[in-house]
Amino acid sequence: MQPDQLIAKFQQKDESAFAEIYARYSENILGVIHSVLHDQELSEEVLQDVFVKAWNNASSYNAQKGRFFTWLLNIARNAAIDKTRSKAFKNSKRNQDAAFFVDILEDKNNFSSKVDAIGIKKYIEVLEPICKKVIQLLFFKGYTQKETAEALDIPLGTVKTRNRICINKLRDVLGVT
Amino acid sequence: MIDIQEYIDSGVLELYVYGTLSEAESAEVSRLVALHPELKAEVEHIEIALQQLTSAAAPFTPSSFDSIQSKIQSTNGEDVIPLLPIDEESSQRPIKQISKRTIFISSLGWVATILLLVVLGYQFAGGKKLEDKITTLEREQILQQAKTDMAEEELVKANEMLDILRTKDIISVPLGAQEISPEAYASIYWNKETDKAYVDVRGLPTPPKGKVYQLWSLTLDPLTPTSMAVLDQYDANGTQLFEVNNPNASEAFGITLEPEGGSASPTLEQLYVLGVVEP
Repeated sequence: MQPDQLIAKFQQKDESAFAEIYARYSENILGVIHSVLHDQELSEEVLQDVFVKAWNNASSYNAQKGRFFTWLLNIARNAAIDKTRSKAFKNSKRNQDAAFFVDILEDKNNFSSKVDAIGIKKYIEVLEPICKKVIQLLFFKGYTQKETAEALDIPLGTVKTRNRICINKLRDVLGVT
Repeated sequence: MIDIQEYIDSGVLELYVYGTLSEAESAEVSRLVALHPELKAEVEHIEIALQQLTSAAAPFTPSSFDSIQSKIQSTNGEDVIPLLPIDEESSQRPIKQISKRTIFISSLGWVATILLLVVLGYQFAGGKKLEDKITTLEREQILQQAKTDMAEEELVKANEMLDILRTKDIISVPLGAQEISPEAYASIYWNKETDKAYVDVRGLPTPPKGKVYQLWSLTLDPLTPTSMAVLDQYDANGTQLFEVNNPNASEAFGITLEPEGGSASPTLEQLYVLGVVEP
C-alpha cells in the first residue's frame, strides 16, 4: 500500500514524515544504487544525496504521474549513473563485469533486512539467465524497452511480456500473488 | 472500456512501476489504475515484489536517518547567514568623487572578466562534449558485455543439449506435418532410460494468442492419448527445445493446438504434427 498521507506530510516538509519515508524506502534505494555502483562507500554517499534531493524537490512528486516508489527510483538511478562518471568511481576499480544484482544477492551472507532471504535465494536459483538480464537492464538500470531489446538481442515486441513472465516467477516465489 | 486481464498481461504495469515508460504513457496508466481497483491491486503487488528484491540487493543496512537530517538542516533557507554584515557607518559615508581614470581601470577589469568567461565557456562546452562521448562509449561497452555474456550462456546451453541428444540410448522420432499446417514439423528425442523426452518445436508456427501447443503420448491399439506437457513457455524459451518427463510406453507422439492451459483430451482437428516410434 502506498502511504498517501505520509507522502502528503512529507511534501509539506514534515521532518518526522521524512524520517518515516527514509525508514521505509532507504534499503530499497540502496539496493538499486549498489547494483549500479558496487561500492559501499560511494553507494552510501549517493543514498544520502538521493534523499536530500527528494526532500528538496518533494513538491515535484505528483501522484497523477506515477508511484512514489517509482519517483524515488528514478532519482536514485539517475544519481547512481551520474556517479559512475565521477573520478571517485573510476578510481574505485570495481569489477565492472560483475554488474548484476544477482551477484550481490549471491554474495550476500548477512541478510539484516526484513526480507525473506531464503525466498530470494530460491528465486535466484529458479530464474532463467534471460530473466536476470531483463530485470537488471529494465529495472535496475532503467533501460528503455528498445535499449533492452538491442542489448539482449531479442525482439522488441517481446521485452514487455518476457519481463512480466520473469516478475511473475519472482512473485510466485515470494508469495506476492 | 479496456480488457483488464489483457492489459495486465501486456506487462505495461511492471514498466509503469519501474519508471521506464514515457511521461505520457505513465500518466495514462495512472489514470486507468485510479479507475480500476484490479489494476491498483496488481500494481501494488508488483511494487511489493520489487521492494523485496531491492531490499535483498542492499548489501548492508543504510545509515540512520540522523545523517540525512543534519544535511537537510544545513540547507534550510532560514538559517542562511547574510554574506556581508551591514555596516551602518560605511553605508552612511558620503560617496567620494570617482575619477575618469578609476572608471577606465574598473571597466578594464570587467572586459577581462567577460573575456575570461567567454574562454571558460568554450572550454566547458568542449569538455561537456567529450564527457557525453565517453558516456556513450561506456554505455556501448555495457551493451557489448551483456551480449557476450548472453552468447556464452547460450553456447553452454547448446552444448549441454547436444550432449543429451548424443546419448546412445536416445530414440529420435520425427513428427510430420498434418493437413492443418503442411509446412510444420517437430522432433522428439526420447531417452527411455531416464524417462526424459526433448521436444524441438522450432518448425511449428508461432501459436496464436490465447492458444498453446500440447504434447501427447499415444498408444495405438486402442488409440489412447496421454498428455505429456503444455508447451506454454513457448515465447520465453529461446531455443524452443522443451524437456519433459515421459514415463509412458509411447508408440507415437502428437502435438495439437489447444486453448490456454491445455485440454484434458486432444482436439484432433487441431493436430499439427504426428510421428510413430519405430519399434
